[in-house]
Amino acid sequence: MPRKPIGVLALQGDFELHRKSLEDLGRSVLEVRAPAQLARVRGLIIPGGESTTVGKLLISSGLADAICKRSEAGTLALFGTCMGVILLAKNIQNRHKGQYSLDLLDITVERNAYGRQVDSFEADLPVRGMGLNGTPFRAVFIRAPKILATGPGVETLAEFDGSPVLIRQNNILGATFHPEITVDTGIHKAFCEMADK
Amino acid sequence: MASRKSTAKTTGNAKVAEKKTELRTETGTLRVKVGLAEMLKGGVIMDVTNAEQARIAEDAGAVAVMALERVPADIRKEGGVARMADPEKIMEIMDAVTIPVMAKCRIGHFAEAQILEAMGVDYVDESEVLTPADEHFHVDKFQFKVPFVCGARDLGEALRRIGEGACMIRTKGEAGSGNIVEAVRHMRAVQSAIKRLTVLPEEELMTEAKALGAPFDLVRWVARNGKLPVPNFAAGGIATPADASLMMQLGAEAVFVGSGIFKSEDPAPRAKAIVEATTHYKNFKKLAQLSRGLGDAMAGLDISKMDEKDLLQTRGW
Repeated sequence: MPRKPIGVLALQGDFELHRKSLEDLGRSVLEVRAPAQLARVRGLIIPGGESTTVGKLLISSGLADAICKRSEAGTLALFGTCMGVILLAKNIQNRHKGQYSLDLLDITVERNAYGRQVDSFEADLPVRGMGLNGTPFRAVFIRAPKILATGPGVETLAEFDGSPVLIRQNNILGATFHPEITVDTGIHKAFCEMADK
Repeated sequence: MASRKSTAKTTGNAKVAEKKTELRTETGTLRVKVGLAEMLKGGVIMDVTNAEQARIAEDAGAVAVMALERVPADIRKEGGVARMADPEKIMEIMDAVTIPVMAKCRIGHFAEAQILEAMGVDYVDESEVLTPADEHFHVDKFQFKVPFVCGARDLGEALRRIGEGACMIRTKGEAGSGNIVEAVRHMRAVQSAIKRLTVLPEEELMTEAKALGAPFDLVRWVARNGKLPVPNFAAGGIATPADASLMMQLGAEAVFVGSGIFKSEDPAPRAKAIVEATTHYKNFKKLAQLSRGLGDAMAGLDISKMDEKDLLQTRGW
């Protein structure tokens, strides 16, 4: 049976880079801008971008409700990178007026927690679990959010400076860095396996 | 992304010990600098002149704001020397919003760029909209941790700027004109020159680099990859949702709107409509709907009737 395409939320952000990572793994990719497209995928990547922008576009496109329903029914695996983590989070520290989130991932997150763009950085991180045991992963953090707290159902797969940076809660995966910017497709591969189950 | 290494200094003191592993972090790398431009793709960057406008832009869904003292239409009208905005003004805007804040420095004015970097501005636009400070040389952008965007009218100019370290290219268009014709000309010129390179035999690339006035390694990279090594945005004259859709369909990866929003009759709904139009740029029914009832767009100028000396796009070398 042919595998279903992986969806990439294409409202705004670096969705092209996620497309490339998935295509490098031999997966077909569907850009998702409307609920009809979401219905065709079992996994959706929420890319890096601006959370205030995409929050509004999620609502106006009707995708916000559709994503929540599918996720709660357990029929949609989700992978958020950077902005994606903010949009999935239940709690946003100092939530900006009108800042929307899907309220699915049991974490508290702080936006732009490492400073401004001049403080954006990259580092090698060891990643645990999902068949990635101990492999150093080049993690690129751009105006990155910080996960301040995680609920009981959230597993930490990598951390930096004492904070979780790669987490999993059932069929939701979240990275505060950008695995789509580097050529290592290990984390994308692990997500595809989650989506295919 | 080009396989060149940034010569920007990396911090040696940013070592963070995590348990037993010593983690070395690097800031200001080319990957991190180009990375922010990647995150802005599919979005709208709006010119703002105060905190109130910045909040309107953020609430409308802008991915970033450009902090200015005067929008290009006013710079054009009032004349005089246009310089980097007052840091007080920029700080006020940085404090007002959570999205990235960009600011402009004059072409070649590396001291203005150093000041903007020290303030923590997220992107510097070395811009032809301001009065050039150097008529021969642009800023050596590799010396900075803050990324730079530069304007270009054709592929050679784009690759010269990237060769100097620009991490994002935008069309120059004709700023403050409210007229899309120049941005279209510049985007088409860049795209068609890129397509041409991809079909040239290898032995013709050096002569092509000479004709373009562009670094050979970048010419070869473009020939092989069929795109610029950094994100390619549209700017200069965008005033309506249809203008945004046009530029995206011509190959822009995001749009800058300068005077087009706050020189229009009703800025907030227009800003919101341009954001939606940039995302759904190929959904024409949606574009029809969101173009309705936005009030008057900015008046605009007929560029064919303008004097050559009044053009901003001819600044830069």
